[in-house]
Amino acid sequence: MTDNIETRHEPNYLEYRGKHGGILGWLTTTDHKRIGLLYFYSMMTFFLAGVVMGLLMKYELISPGEQIMGPQTYNGLFTLHGLTMIFLFVIPGVAAVFGNFFLPILIGAKDVSFPRLNLMSWYLYIIGAIVVLISQFMGDGPPDTGWTFYAPYSLKTNTNVVAAVTGAFILGFSSILTGLNFIVTMHRLRAPGMGWLRMPLFGWALYGTGWIQLLATPVVGITFLMVIAERVLGIGFFDPAIGGDPILYQHLFWIYSHPAVYIMILPAMGAITEIIPTFARKTIFGYTAIVISSMAIAFVGYFVWGHHMFTSGMSSTSRWVFSLLTFLVAIPSAIKVFNWTATLYKGSINIQTPFLWSIAFIFVFMIGGFSGLVVGSLATDIHVHDTAFVVAHFHYIVFGGTGFAFFGALHYWYPKMFARVYNFKIANIGLLIFFIGFNLLYFPMFYLGMLGMPRRYYDYLPMFHSANTLSTIGSWIMAAGLLVIIINLARARRGKGKEVDDPWDGKTLEWQIASPPPVENFEQIPVVEHGPYEY
Amino acid sequence: METVTHTHTADAHRDDTASKIGMWLFIFTEILLFGGLFIVYSVYRYMNPVAFHLAHEELSITMGFINTIILLVSSATVAISISAMQKNDRKMTMLMLAATLILAAVFLVNKYFEWGGKFEHGLYPGSDLMKSLSNGDMLFFSLYFFMTGLHGVHIIIGMVLLAITLAKVRSGRVNGGSYALLENSGLYWHLVDLIWIFLFPLFYLIH
Repeated sequence: MTDNIETRHEPNYLEYRGKHGGILGWLTTTDHKRIGLLYFYSMMTFFLAGVVMGLLMKYELISPGEQIMGPQTYNGLFTLHGLTMIFLFVIPGVAAVFGNFFLPILIGAKDVSFPRLNLMSWYLYIIGAIVVLISQFMGDGPPDTGWTFYAPYSLKTNTNVVAAVTGAFILGFSSILTGLNFIVTMHRLRAPGMGWLRMPLFGWALYGTGWIQLLATPVVGITFLMVIAERVLGIGFFDPAIGGDPILYQHLFWIYSHPAVYIMILPAMGAITEIIPTFARKTIFGYTAIVISSMAIAFVGYFVWGHHMFTSGMSSTSRWVFSLLTFLVAIPSAIKVFNWTATLYKGSINIQTPFLWSIAFIFVFMIGGFSGLVVGSLATDIHVHDTAFVVAHFHYIVFGGTGFAFFGALHYWYPKMFARVYNFKIANIGLLIFFIGFNLLYFPMFYLGMLGMPRRYYDYLPMFHSANTLSTIGSWIMAAGLLVIIINLARARRGKGKEVDDPWDGKTLEWQIASPPPVENFEQIPVVEHGPYEY
Repeated sequence: METVTHTHTADAHRDDTASKIGMWLFIFTEILLFGGLFIVYSVYRYMNPVAFHLAHEELSITMGFINTIILLVSSATVAISISAMQKNDRKMTMLMLAATLILAAVFLVNKYFEWGGKFEHGLYPGSDLMKSLSNGDMLFFSLYFFMTGLHGVHIIIGMVLLAITLAKVRSGRVNGGSYALLENSGLYWHLVDLIWIFLFPLFYLIH
C-alpha cells in the first residue's frame, strides 16, 4: 500500500524466521499475532469437538427413549460439552484470538506489554485443556455434574471431578494473565495522541473484560480449590452432611460465573462495534455512550449473580434486589444495540459478509437478551427455571452472541491476518444456512421450556416429540452451514483466495499497515490525531 | 511458505511502570482469592458462633503473635532493601533481602511446630479425630489448616521471588538503575504480610 513496502520487503509475521524455524518458531514465539493464531487454531479444534458433542446430544433427543446413549453417557457428554465450550472456547474466545492479534495494532503498539507472559498464558490454556481432557479418560470415568460442579453432588459422585476442576483452575489462571496483560498494554502502550477517548471501542471492550477477568476469576479459583480439598481431604466446606453449605457454593460459583458471561460477550460486542462503522461508512454513533456502557456492564455484572439462584433458597429481599440489578444490566446492553442501529442510519451501507454477520448477531442477541428478561423476573423464572427455555436463552446469548461475533470478526479481519479474501458468495450462503439452522435448533427450545421440558435429561415425554425433532434437524442444518463456512475460509487460506491488502477500506490503525502485518506492526509508531472512526 | 531470515532484532523494550502496574493488578487477584475464603469463614462463623469461639481457644496466641511480629519486621526489612537500592547501596540491599529470607524461614519453622503439635494430637484434615468433631469445630480447624496452608504456599512463593531477586542483585542485573524486580518482589512480600494481618485476628484473637 505504501512505496517502501514494495521497495524494501519487510518480512511479515508469517514469514519471519527468528531463532527457531518451523513449528518450534511458533511454539516459542512472543509475537502477539502468532500467539493469537496459536489460540485460534487450538480453539477451533476444541470448538469443533464441542459441536460434535452437541450434535450427538441433539441426536439422542430426536425422539423419546434411548437412541444412541444411556443416561450416564448423556450426563458425561453435557458436562464435557459445557466445559469445552465455556472454558476452552467462549471465555478466551474473541479476546484471546482477536484481542491478541489486533489490540496492539489498534492502539498503535508493537506488541503487548508482557509478550512472554502472553505466551505463558497460551501454555497454561493448553495445559488446562489437557487436564480437562485427562479427566475424561482417567480415574472413574468422565465427570457427570454439569459444568457448574454444584455441591453436594460434585462431592459425592464417583466420577473424576478433581481433574476437571483442576483443569478449570489452570484455565482461570490463563484468563487472569491475559486480562492483566491487556489492561497494562492499554495503560502503557497507546500511540502518542491516542487519548483514552480516541481508543478504538474494541480496546475499551477488552479493558472492561480484563477487569472482570482479574477480579472475578480468583473467586471461582478458590472455590474450585475448596472442592478439591473437600474431595481429597474430606473437609466439610460444602457438604451439608458435615456442616457445609451447598448454597454457599452456588453463591461463590456464580460470583465468578455470571461475570464470566460478560467476559464472553463484551469482546464480542467490541468486535461488532469495529465492524459496523466500517460498513456503514460512517463514524460510530455515541462513542462515549458505548464506552460508558461497556464499563457499566462490567461493573453491574458483578452484582447480579443471585439471579441464577432464585429457586435455590434466598431471602425474598435478596431475590428482588438481584432481579432489579439484572434488569439494570439490560440497559447498557440495549444502549449498545441502539448505537449500532443508529450508526447505520443514513450511512452508505456496504453490504459485505462481515456486515451480514453483525446484523445476524444483533438479531439473535436481541432474542437472547429479551428472553433474559423472562428468566430475570422472579415470577416467570420459577416457571422456566431448569427447563429447555434456559438452555435456549443461554445459547442465543453465548453462541448467538459470542459465536456469531467470533465468526463476524473472523470474516472481517481474515484478509488482514492472511492477506487473502475468501469467496464472498459462498461465505454469505454459509451464513444463511448457519443462521437458519441456528434458529431452528434453539428456537423450539423456548417453546419446549415453556411447556415444562426439563433440561439435562436424555429422554422426555412424548408430548415434546415434534419440537425436539425440529430442533435436531436444525442442528444438522447449522452444522452444514458451519462446514460451508469453514471450508470456504480454509480454501482461502490455502491460496485459493484473491490476494488483497485491504478489502473494506477501514479507518482504524490495523488497515493502515500492510497485510499480513509486518513483524513489528509499525515501522514507526503512528501519531494519532483524531478519533478511530473518521469517515 | 517462504521463509525470510530477519536480521534486525526487536527493539529492547523496558517499561518499569508497566511491570509495577502488572504486579498491582496481580495483587488484586490474590486479594480476591483470599476474599473468597474470608466470605466462607464469615458465613460459617455466623452459623457456628459457639463452636468457633471454643475452637479458637485451642490455638496458641503466643505463637501467632510471634509470627505476626516476624512478618511485620520482614516487611520492614524488604522496604529497607528497596530504599538501600535507591541509594545504590548494594551491600545493604543484599543484607536486608537475606534478613527477609531468614525471617520468612523462621516463620515457616514456627508454623511447622504449630501444625506439628496439632498433627501429634491427630488433628489434621482427613484424620479420624477431625471426622469425629462437631460440624462447627471441624469447619474451624479445616478453615484454619486451609487458609494458613494457602498462606504458607504464598510465603514460599514470596521466598522464591526474593531469592531470585537476591541472586540478581548479586550478579548486578538488578541495580540502582533498574530494580523493578526488587520493587515487585517487595510488593508481593507486603501482600503476604497483609494477608497474615487478617488471618491472625480471625483465627487467634476474635472472641
